[in-house]
Amino acid sequence: MKHNLILRVIVKFLFPVIALFAFYVLFHGDYAPGGGFQAGVILGVAFIFYALIFGLVTTEQVIPPQLLRILASTGILIYISTGIVTMLLGGNFLDYDMLAESPVTGQHIGIMVIELGVGITVSAIMLMIFYAFASRGRS
Amino acid sequence: MIDTLIDITLLVFLTITAIAIIKIHNLFVIIMLFGIFSLHSAGLFVVMDAPDVAFTEAAVGAGISTVLMLATLALTKDHHEKKPKHRARLPLLVILITGAALVYGTYDIPSFGDPDSPAHQHVKPRYIERSVEETGVPNVVTAVLASYRGYDTLGELTVIFTAGLGVMLLIGGRLRSRKKNET
Repeated sequence: MKHNLILRVIVKFLFPVIALFAFYVLFHGDYAPGGGFQAGVILGVAFIFYALIFGLVTTEQVIPPQLLRILASTGILIYISTGIVTMLLGGNFLDYDMLAESPVTGQHIGIMVIELGVGITVSAIMLMIFYAFASRGRS
Repeated sequence: MIDTLIDITLLVFLTITAIAIIKIHNLFVIIMLFGIFSLHSAGLFVVMDAPDVAFTEAAVGAGISTVLMLATLALTKDHHEKKPKHRARLPLLVILITGAALVYGTYDIPSFGDPDSPAHQHVKPRYIERSVEETGVPNVVTAVLASYRGYDTLGELTVIFTAGLGVMLLIGGRLRSRKKNET
C-alpha cells in the first residue's frame, strides 16, 4: 500500500491523534476508564497502523526491534523497582504510602509510575509480536 | 427498558455473527467477523457499566488480534477453510451436553447487579467506601488494579512479557540469523 496517497495522508494525520489519545488514556486513567494496559495497546496500534501503510522497513527505522526489547524490559523493571523502592523506604512491596509525605500523594505517584511501566511494556510487546509476524513473510 | 433493548439487539447480532463464522469458509471474512464479534461484546460491556473492560475488549479483541490474525493469514497460501470430510456427530453431542450443563449452572448464579451476591460482599464495600480517601483516585477500577491489587497486576504484566518472549523465541529469530549472515 506504499503508493496509495489517500491512505498515506490519513495515516500522517491520524497517527499523532492516536498517540495523543494513548497518552490521555494513560495519564487520565485515575479519573476516566482506561489505564496503562489500554494505553499501551493503543500506542502499539498507532505504530502498527503506520507499519501497515508505510511498510515494515520504514517503521523499523523509526522504532528498531532492538529498542523494543529494551523498552519491554524497562517497563517491567520500572514496576518491580517501584515495589523495591517502597520496601527500602520501610513499607511492604508496592506499598505506595511510603513514596511521599502524605499517603494519598504517595499512592498517586505510585499508581502513575506503575501505569507508565505497564504502558511501556504492553506497547513494546504488542509491536514486537506484530514485527515477528509481519517480518516472517519477507525472508 | 432501553438497556434491555440494546442488550437484545447486541446479543442477536452476536449470535448472527457467531453463526456466520461457522457457515462461512473464507478465512479473510471470518477474521473480519471475529473483529465485529469483539466489538459487539465491547458494546455489551458498556451496557453493563464496565467501560474499562469494554475498552480492553475493543482495543485487544477488535484491534490487535484482528491485525495479528490478518498478518498470519498473509503468510498462508490458501485463504479458504478446508471442508471437513466427515460429519462431526460426537463433538456436537459433547458440545450440546456441555452447553446444557453450563445453562443449568447459570440458575445458581446470583442475578446481575445483585448487591447480596458473595462477590459484592467480601472486600468490595471497603474498596468503594475507602478507596478515594486512601488513594485519592476517583476511578475505583484503577485504584483496585494499580494499588490494592498491584501485585496481581505485576503478575499480569509478567504474563504479557512472557507471551512476547515466547513469540520472539518461536518466530522472531530473524534478527540473529541476519547478523550471522553478515559476518
